[in-house]
Amino acid sequence: MKDPQIYGYWPYRDRPRIKWPGDKKLAFWVAPNIEYYELHPPKNPHRSPWARPNPDIVNYAYRDHGNRVGNWRLIEAMEKYSIPGTVSLSVAMCDHFPEMIDTVNNLGWEFFSHGVYNTRYAYGMDRAQERQMLQYTVDRIKAQTGQQTRGYLAPALTHTVHTIELLAELGFNYSCDLFQDDQPQPLNVPGNPLVSMPYSLEVNDHYAFNVFGLSPQQYTDVLKRQFDTLLEEGGTSGTVMCIPIHAYLVGRSHRISPFEEILRYADEHKDDIWITRAGDIADHYLANHYDDARTHIAQFGGSDAT
Amino acid sequence: MPLDPNFLRYPMLRKGMDHDLYPAANMFEQPGIAWPDSKPIALMVTVAVEFFPLTPNDGPFRAAGHMATPFPDLRTFTARDYGNRVAIYRIMDALAAADIAATAFVSSALIDRTPQLVQDIRTAGWEIAAHGKDMNSIHYGDMPLDLEQHQIESCLAAWSDYGVTPKGWMSPGRGQSEDTLGLLKRAGIEWTADWGNDDMPYAMNDGPVAMPYTDEMEDRKCITILGQNEEVWSRQVVGAADLLAKEAQSYGGRILHLALTPYIIGQPFRIKFLRDLLAELAGRDDIWSATASEIHGCWQGQTA
Repeated sequence: MKDPQIYGYWPYRDRPRIKWPGDKKLAFWVAPNIEYYELHPPKNPHRSPWARPNPDIVNYAYRDHGNRVGNWRLIEAMEKYSIPGTVSLSVAMCDHFPEMIDTVNNLGWEFFSHGVYNTRYAYGMDRAQERQMLQYTVDRIKAQTGQQTRGYLAPALTHTVHTIELLAELGFNYSCDLFQDDQPQPLNVPGNPLVSMPYSLEVNDHYAFNVFGLSPQQYTDVLKRQFDTLLEEGGTSGTVMCIPIHAYLVGRSHRISPFEEILRYADEHKDDIWITRAGDIADHYLANHYDDARTHIAQFGGSDAT
Repeated sequence: MPLDPNFLRYPMLRKGMDHDLYPAANMFEQPGIAWPDSKPIALMVTVAVEFFPLTPNDGPFRAAGHMATPFPDLRTFTARDYGNRVAIYRIMDALAAADIAATAFVSSALIDRTPQLVQDIRTAGWEIAAHGKDMNSIHYGDMPLDLEQHQIESCLAAWSDYGVTPKGWMSPGRGQSEDTLGLLKRAGIEWTADWGNDDMPYAMNDGPVAMPYTDEMEDRKCITILGQNEEVWSRQVVGAADLLAKEAQSYGGRILHLALTPYIIGQPFRIKFLRDLLAELAGRDDIWSATASEIHGCWQGQTA
């Protein structure tokens, strides 16, 4: 397979203008990953969750720090600037730490599905199995929070060839699984209208700290530059900036204060930006821009010729 | 136990190279080259415009930037695609703002996949150089000759059908077999960017001219492989320009090659460094900005 064919080519130049509510230039959202990694995950032949034989207590504790410490610091920082989170949720958290889920639910945070555990991968699942897993996560979030799940990010970014079409089939509105753009885009799958929602690998805290080796302050500087460019370009047509984070990384004592700076930076620019949640961006896009975008993209109809 | 006697035998142990692809040479002993208006430096900016198929080849290696996780690696596929739909337009704008020429190495699969992008590259005035069909069509030692011949001919035929005749070639992943150079020469290619062993062009015995590909200063190498920050990368480019300008006083015109990768340097948080670097280079009076073929042509015209 050369191309999953789930979206069309769409050059960034001269697109129909996206207008966010209040004529804001940039839709800004923060995605805390609230995840659970199992001490004894099931074996998956395609990928091993831990570096050492179970129990890999060093790496397990590294992740668990987020749920004991980091998330509480992060919640406080977000609250300070009244920025709602859009949570990428390992839904097993509803069972393991319901008080944390209830806390952020009461703060008006949105939840989207990030699978059951971040140590249970979709690799190797057939279509029916993946569908069952997805439906379970929708039902579990509903039961715990009352929220209808709108979005998805595959656990540990493990996809199958069916993932995107299953999202449309099950009534999801957005997918954070694709990294091709800084604006939302309609996805070419039958079923519920489904939008690709800009998330980010490049400004993900995991990449910043574990791949690029940035200092806490350097990460904040990267985020500010990302913000500045997308805000500037949003003057032409509305852009989206997501800050995808993990409390076990940014919630550390040496990182939370520098990280708070980007939240303050966003707050200082709130006349120009729409501080919001992914589901609200999807709603606005579906209601105002989805149809125009589909028509516009069609004219670039590149083929997958071999 | 003594060494295996074969360990100390190498039929190509001799003065010069251990192959016949090109003769050994000392760059500082080559005749001086004069660029137009006697500029000390020719600035050669190249942009990699590459298509990475979702299913990687099962050849002996994967080109840098190719899929990394189990199939289907939507993460890498879409992150590379970002370069060809969003990031490259930032680079186009940055180069236009500085009035700096560029040469694009374009996967020929993009002629059909992203026709608007190829058109926009031409409209921007960039030179198009061949870069294989896609990042699966690599060249490697002991590959079947007919397969390699087909890869080269079908790629160039796709460009020809489109109305472009590339003079330059970079192999996907910059691999070559022992036959690549001869095949490219007989296919009409005038220069390649696969060899990174000189700062100036040099002639192959039976192949296109090797244009200097400065992989050690690539955004991909410096930023994503070596983990240098963007400021460190751009300061090295300026440092190289200063050194080359100084060498040019004694040895004739030099070439500053700047290799750009849209999905890397075209990120929103990085583009500022490219804009600033290009503005700084454009502000110097010791630089001639040109396409790779213009630089190659100027060099060739002064080389016996």
